[in-house]
Amino acid sequence: MSGHHGPTRRRTARYSAFSVARRGFGGREWPRAWRRHDLAPRYDVVIVGAGVHGLAAAYYLAANHGITDVAVLDKGYVGGGGSGRNTAIVRSNYLTPEGVRFYDRSVKLYERLAVELNYNVMFSQRGHLTLAHNDASLRTMAWRAEVNTLQGVASSVIGPRDVKKLAPALDVSPGARYPILGALYHPPGGIIRHDAVNWGYARGADALGVQIHQDAEVLGIDVDHGRVRGVRTSRGDVSTPVVLNATAGWSSLVSALAGVKLPIVTHPLQAAVTEPVKVFLRTVVVSGSLHVYVSQTDRGELVFGASVDPYPSYSTRGSLEFVEEVAAHVLELMPGVGRLRLLRQWAGLCDMTPDYSPIMGFTPVDGFLVDVGWGTYGFKAGPVSGEQMAELVATGKTPELISAFSLSRFDAGTLVGEKGAASVGH
Amino acid sequence: MIRIPCPHCGPRDSAEFRHTGNPRPRPSVERVTPQDWRRYLYERDNVAGWVTETWYHSFGCRRFVTVSRNTVTNEVATDSADDGPPPPAAGRHRAGSASGSDS
Repeated sequence: MSGHHGPTRRRTARYSAFSVARRGFGGREWPRAWRRHDLAPRYDVVIVGAGVHGLAAAYYLAANHGITDVAVLDKGYVGGGGSGRNTAIVRSNYLTPEGVRFYDRSVKLYERLAVELNYNVMFSQRGHLTLAHNDASLRTMAWRAEVNTLQGVASSVIGPRDVKKLAPALDVSPGARYPILGALYHPPGGIIRHDAVNWGYARGADALGVQIHQDAEVLGIDVDHGRVRGVRTSRGDVSTPVVLNATAGWSSLVSALAGVKLPIVTHPLQAAVTEPVKVFLRTVVVSGSLHVYVSQTDRGELVFGASVDPYPSYSTRGSLEFVEEVAAHVLELMPGVGRLRLLRQWAGLCDMTPDYSPIMGFTPVDGFLVDVGWGTYGFKAGPVSGEQMAELVATGKTPELISAFSLSRFDAGTLVGEKGAASVGH
Repeated sequence: MIRIPCPHCGPRDSAEFRHTGNPRPRPSVERVTPQDWRRYLYERDNVAGWVTETWYHSFGCRRFVTVSRNTVTNEVATDSADDGPPPPAAGRHRAGSASGSDS
């Protein structure tokens, strides 16, 4: 499909084993992976937000559709928002057929992303366990397993003994405060290096002619007679017929610039990471009842994530309350890690929608498109959203895979309820 | 961590409260169009800045309190409890007002 374009091949050759060794021994500085530009007065497409969604959309616009007069604008830096703050879990074991099909496409794209971008994104499909601590969760797991199987996604309910085999550190004894009755096991799920994904897409898009503008905040969107005319930024004004809002955390505010109101409330979600230790946890472990998910990175750190903070906020400041809670819950699951020390904690912003599904596609303003409402599940969908939104921009039609996620579904009352599978503890 | 000035209990940790959201005017059921009703159900201002909102003091006096909070900094205005009864003058609110102020 792509990756066969001249510029990509030329540029990506720089990361061959030979060139890495030569640079490493030579001690010379690496050249920038993507260029700096002055803002042009006009672009065919302006994408707001240089996270994985915006960059992937830019990349696929260029790679799949030959649309390269594209500017990606970000008020901060590449991957500085949700794309660099998530817990890097990739999976497709959702609850609705629409959701499962959509996220499965993302897993498929992730599986060949390193080859496509010629950039090591360290995708490790180590398996994903969603624990059930009560009958109700077990029933939901069985439901998800059936929906997933029907869509061709590997997913099954397993008992405590198999859970113990996959993750020996877990306490599966019946005497636990929250006994593990079983789990939804999803072998293709895993973790990835999120920074590498962001940088890989940025580099790939840049090589195909896309301009990435960091430190360029969008301050206004010009709409005339219901049509987008351009954007005003901290670095000058740009005229364009198409603006794609691919922000997370600020999607309500950016959409409001175009006069579009969204069914979104922004909540922070906190995460934390421990010091690195020898690898003992192979799979990703999620517990909805305990509001926690745990994985061990290739460096040996344990990464903890939780549910969103219980009130809306745009603050990315962490809280002691979160650390106390997440530590207590991890110890419930894995009593053996009590001596581990936390290295750091952080927060990202999650745009929560009423049905825990994203919003992709057209808005009442002609030329103003959204790829927003990514709640706690945005990173894993980066490639597929980019691919589908690029197709939408190029063809002017909503691709079938994302037609269920349109903004108009809230008017039509056709919500895509993913609350049971979107994340933990909502 | 947010400290909420409860008019009944004094300043308390936000962990004692449940956030119940921003009050929105409910459209008249007789006259509303389906579009406007869905707008009321789903659309949110999602303000970045100062908001007036309701918190329920579930692990305290179990009353609803009105709070002004900046959603960007999580700063809480300390004189925000206009709507509630005056701060406790040593246990005055123990009797009588339970249903009246739980609006």
